[in-house]
Amino acid sequence: MKSEIFPVKSQDSGNGLSTIEKTVFSDYKYGFVTDIEADEAPMGLSEEVVRFISAKKREPEWMLEWRLKAYRHWLTMKEPGWANIRYPRINYQDIIFYSAPKQKINPKNLDEIDPELKKTFEKLGISLDEQKRLSGVAVDAVIDSVSIGTSFKSQLAELGIIFCSMSEAIREHPDLVKEYLSSVVPLTDNYFAALNSAVFSDGSFCYIPKGVRCPMELSTYFRINAENTGQFERTLIIAEAGSYVSYLEGCTAPMRDEHQLHAAVVELVALENAEIKYSTVQNWYPGDKQGKGGVYNFVTKRGICKGDHAKISWTQVETGSAITWKYPSVILKGDHSTGEFYSVAVTNNYQQADTGTKMMHLGKNTKSRIVSKGISAGFSNNSYRGLVHVSRNAKNARNFSQCDSLLLGDKCGAHTFPYIEVRNNSAVVEHEATTSKIGEDQIFYCNQRGIATETAVALIINGFAKEVMNHLPMEFAIEAQKLLAVSLEGSVG
Amino acid sequence: MLSIHNLHAGIEGKKILNGIDLEVKPGEVHAIMGPNGSGKSTLANVLAGRADYEVSHGTAEFQGKNLLELSPEKRAGEGLFLAFQYPVEIPGLNTINFIKTAVNEIRKYRGQDPLDAVAFLKLMKEKMALMNIEQSLLARSLNEGFSGGEKKRNEVFQMAMLEPKLAILDETDSGLDIDAIRIVSNGVNKLRNKENAVLVVTHYQRLLDYIVPDFVHVLYNGRIVKSGSKELARELEERGYDFIKHETSEVETV
Ligand SMILES: Nc1ncnc2c1ncn2[C@@H]1O[C@H](COP(=O)(O)OP(=O)(O)OP(=O)(O)O)[C@@H](O)[C@H]1O
Ligand SMILES: [Mg+2]
Repeated sequence: MKSEIFPVKSQDSGNGLSTIEKTVFSDYKYGFVTDIEADEAPMGLSEEVVRFISAKKREPEWMLEWRLKAYRHWLTMKEPGWANIRYPRINYQDIIFYSAPKQKINPKNLDEIDPELKKTFEKLGISLDEQKRLSGVAVDAVIDSVSIGTSFKSQLAELGIIFCSMSEAIREHPDLVKEYLSSVVPLTDNYFAALNSAVFSDGSFCYIPKGVRCPMELSTYFRINAENTGQFERTLIIAEAGSYVSYLEGCTAPMRDEHQLHAAVVELVALENAEIKYSTVQNWYPGDKQGKGGVYNFVTKRGICKGDHAKISWTQVETGSAITWKYPSVILKGDHSTGEFYSVAVTNNYQQADTGTKMMHLGKNTKSRIVSKGISAGFSNNSYRGLVHVSRNAKNARNFSQCDSLLLGDKCGAHTFPYIEVRNNSAVVEHEATTSKIGEDQIFYCNQRGIATETAVALIINGFAKEVMNHLPMEFAIEAQKLLAVSLEGSVG
Repeated sequence: MLSIHNLHAGIEGKKILNGIDLEVKPGEVHAIMGPNGSGKSTLANVLAGRADYEVSHGTAEFQGKNLLELSPEKRAGEGLFLAFQYPVEIPGLNTINFIKTAVNEIRKYRGQDPLDAVAFLKLMKEKMALMNIEQSLLARSLNEGFSGGEKKRNEVFQMAMLEPKLAILDETDSGLDIDAIRIVSNGVNKLRNKENAVLVVTHYQRLLDYIVPDFVHVLYNGRIVKSGSKELARELEERGYDFIKHETSEVETV
């Protein structure tokens, strides 16, 4: 999408700043563009465009109606302004809402995928070839708006697990989709969710049958490639009674001078005794050192513990995007259900993040745990915003929140906005918050032991973020650690 | 190994070191004593390369290299180690992990292959026995919540792991209990050989009963005002610093 260049003054970061404040540019490793032909919707948003998308996807009538309802509602809404972020107005008529790589739709198997596309994913370290995949991880890859292939499908099917693109689910499993889509995040929930509902083009769908423990990590990899496009994906995960699934999403985008809009919706449904573990490693292009370009990431993620003893756990490592607006939440409806939120959000240069969670305690004996670690460097702004709500009937609700901020330098900001609403006096809600700085003395201590500053910073921030990183699936923890270091590269020196 | 000539240094415009001369040869132990605020830690930090301190004058050579030109991590790579008077805490950073990184970064600097997990563990067990340190302590976050004595033990343990050419121990004895002083000193003595040297900063004669110095220097107002044998330390213990202060003021007025 096109919009104004981020309004920042160009600053010479090398002058008169202490060693800790010196900010040098680190290259975004994933900023390449793949040269593939794309099939695009006309620019801008209208009922026509919504119909175009639905037709492109060969959707049934009910789905089109659902989208149009969302679109009409969106027209009546206003972009929210309460978050602690600043950005120029988004012109929704300058965005292409649908862009699909021009390749045979629905590859029968992964061999049919355009080699250029395959190469893109190889460059990202994601091989769609099952032989070459990380063992024990099934991947669904979504480029621009379309899922281009899912690995390990048949192996999962044997267990009755459905793991496919959202488009396929709409065609092949309409009953499940009708029952659960927008059951957690209503069409009208918020501005960006309504927008997503109108124009989403793909995403992942995942269904775990009763009593099945999914034997491998399920993973979706999102990438924005085409110019002036937004990415609007939709994810729905349903865990039937007594089932378990661990799911991971990753994302990158090319380096572009314009901002790109990403507005996703993720819905999780956990029935009785089911557990969903959802992990995100978000590494959208953050913009350059002056704040030019980067992805606007406006995401609605919510899960519901529908049955008793259900558990939903969100873990996120947010290092990318120019703006992050995202509050993965849990509705604790079932008695004895548990919600968890573990987050590391890193902002550098001119990045802005306003992220946190909502824990809605409705059932009895429900528990929630929030651990948020914000790391800010450069001229960035990092806010935690969280709500713990205990409703009138939620007897014996328990919440523990820990929000820690780490500052690198003194040009960045860290903020905490914890909201607590308690309507039942048997609740126990605890909140702890700390703010600290990486000290010159900590860096010097490491230097004295032969450890260079970059490595020292990596060690210190990984120590700071450890409690959250420990909740990532093993396969990704090491990658995520490296990512933390890379996103702060040059912020101290 | 280390030759310091007419070294002047300060911080934020305040002069602290006013012309230090010191010559340390391989195999030697030098003790540096002196009243609070005389500049002992400043000297240690300047040698280790702490950026806050500005060297305004003088030279420092370490193993034939101009020490003052090297970054702190390179000085460590060259074999200079500082056991800090006040070791810092790094929450969440596992101590063993930290030490492993240090060991391998220094090996890398010297063009050696990194130690693998097995070799590292073997080395660690050996040094743990030498310094009588518990693994449970090393399994914790670096210095976080360590008692004063535990922090000091962790410093000398790191010294043992890194096997430096020149170890500067800045008041490593303060905070240690009587048994710990003995254990730590024995450890330091076992690590001594013809090739390496130790610079001990201390206020107390007791440490020097164990780590016996070849030379004792008294630092006062940023200058070494008296040097002597280990007997000088004993004399200071008995008489305090006053006689030194008198002597220097006499010298200055002459
Ligand atoms: N960062 C600083 N800012 C201002 N003054 C400082 C700073 N660091 C050291 N000084 C001053 O320099 C002088 C020497 O300090 P230093 O720590 O070297 O003393 P010391 O000999 O190690 O003392 P002690 O025996 O108490 O450890 C003191 O007066 C101290 O206050
Ligand atoms: Mg001192």
